[in-house]
Amino acid sequence: MVISPIDTATPSISTDTVRYIAYLIRLKILDEETKVFSQQFSQIIEYFQLLNEIDTREVPPANENCPMNNVFRDDQVLPSMSREEFLNNLPQHEGYYVKVPLIFDDR
Amino acid sequence: MNTIKYEPIIGLEIHAELLTITKMFCGCSADHSSLLEPNTLICPVCTGLPGAMPVLNKKAVEQSILVGLALNCTINEVNIFARKNYFYPDLPKGYQISQYDHPVASDGWLDILDENEGTRQRVRIRRAHLEEDTAKLMHKGNFALIDFNRAGVPLLEIVSEPDMHSVQAILSYANKIRAILRYLGVNSGDMEKGVLRFEANISVRPLGSQELNTRTEIKNLNSFRSLTQASSYEINRQIDLYNNGLDVNLETLGWDEVKGETYSQRGKEEAHDYRYFPEPDIPPILVDRSWVQTISSQLPELPDAKNKRFMEEYGLSLQEVRSLTYEKEFADFFEKVVTLSSSPTKMIYNWLTGEFTRQINERNIDIQKIPVTPENFAQLLDLFSSRVINDFTAKEILVEIFISNKNVRDIISEKGLLQISDENYLTDLINRILSENPDPVKQYLAGKESLFQWFMGQVSRETKGKSDPQVVRQLLQKILKNNN
Ligand SMILES: [Zn+2]
Repeated sequence: MVISPIDTATPSISTDTVRYIAYLIRLKILDEETKVFSQQFSQIIEYFQLLNEIDTREVPPANENCPMNNVFRDDQVLPSMSREEFLNNLPQHEGYYVKVPLIFDDR
Repeated sequence: MNTIKYEPIIGLEIHAELLTITKMFCGCSADHSSLLEPNTLICPVCTGLPGAMPVLNKKAVEQSILVGLALNCTINEVNIFARKNYFYPDLPKGYQISQYDHPVASDGWLDILDENEGTRQRVRIRRAHLEEDTAKLMHKGNFALIDFNRAGVPLLEIVSEPDMHSVQAILSYANKIRAILRYLGVNSGDMEKGVLRFEANISVRPLGSQELNTRTEIKNLNSFRSLTQASSYEINRQIDLYNNGLDVNLETLGWDEVKGETYSQRGKEEAHDYRYFPEPDIPPILVDRSWVQTISSQLPELPDAKNKRFMEEYGLSLQEVRSLTYEKEFADFFEKVVTLSSSPTKMIYNWLTGEFTRQINERNIDIQKIPVTPENFAQLLDLFSSRVINDFTAKEILVEIFISNKNVRDIISEKGLLQISDENYLTDLINRILSENPDPVKQYLAGKESLFQWFMGQVSRETKGKSDPQVVRQLLQKILKNNN
């Protein structure tokens, strides 16, 4: 499905909610982007409202994507992967450590 | 000024690393230690590479069920894993696989003794759920360095109800949980390696009132010391605020070990921000009754039961048995020595909790790796109680066996440490000492009885500590009397 811009007077996802979600995933976002995402998110949510028309009172929540239970492994060691290959595939590393920018926790 | 007395209300969350061989969702070894080079225990699953599929370690579930049973919990028939979403570099997937509304165990309890008052008190356990540990972060300038060796190690989070009302009670509860986990063999109890971590929820209210005031949560307490210090600091801070007509803010706090203060961690997301949803990669776990029964049959004797049995079997007080049973290995050692030795149980207890413990502490010995065998220690005690060696020599040999665990009899014959109780030899020696010291003899006979110990000391010195003090005492009394 292609999402086309919708024109709803009261989108169900406000620009404030968009800013909040951006904060939770630590993304910088421009003011004009919040408007675009507000509309697009609202449209997605509204589309999923269709599901509310189905009576699911007798259906258990889907906790799996195929009907299985108790999929286990035994407590046995398997070889680890190559550290060199792992580190070389990262944007940055220092010595044997993965290197990432610090996360600042203040809003 | 009229001062209100306040009562703290405290709940504790304990994160315990389980003692599985491999991580929770992959086959990487879970034996991460700071001695290992970073990023050596890694695979696509525990580094969160796209498309990697987690598969649950059965052992982690079994160990959690075992803990649930030991804490008198209901073991839930349906276990569902959930994604707890938050964004931090120690969590490469952007979520932690945890459990939310269907944990392994819920609604249990644990009885503790409030150390101060010695009264038994019940702490309700709200739940125990499984989750994966995060990677280790090291800050360096404007960057963080990450080691994924710990990422994905199974953690059991044990959540209590806010049933504790003193720092003593928290300490007692945390110690007991640690002991139980060690008895069950599901946690090493090695605090320095961070295998037990605490979070305390604290509020205070006027004593006797039923109101519920705002609580704060102190995170990342990694030792019993920081747990008790941070909690008592926070209790006093809240009381001060109320006494000054101020309010406590609902917030998450950190603990500054150096300053000895709690501090606000602003901006930490509230529970609803984690956007929990069922983990689609882990199908539900159904725990049937027969599985629980099998696990339940593996429950060992736990500290409370052991305390009771020790009191009955060995005639020791509760306080005495608790110093033996706090560490399972120590309790086992005691019982083995009791079986092997013909010495009185009380004497075994005194030596174990006295000189023996002193050696363990002085040498900083891991209680799981006592270098002395129970056989050798039992022999040492028996040679002492049958007066083949004296107290002084026994202590000397104890030090020796902590170093080498050489056979006690070999040490005695090699070093010529046999106790001298030969009466003819000792009589000659005493006579010589008395004739060489006429003045002290005169003073003693004139009534200065404290000199008796001095004569004892002289004999001991001449025999290099090997004389049998009981024989010497009798002979000395007899000879001094005859001198009169
Ligand atoms: Zn792995």
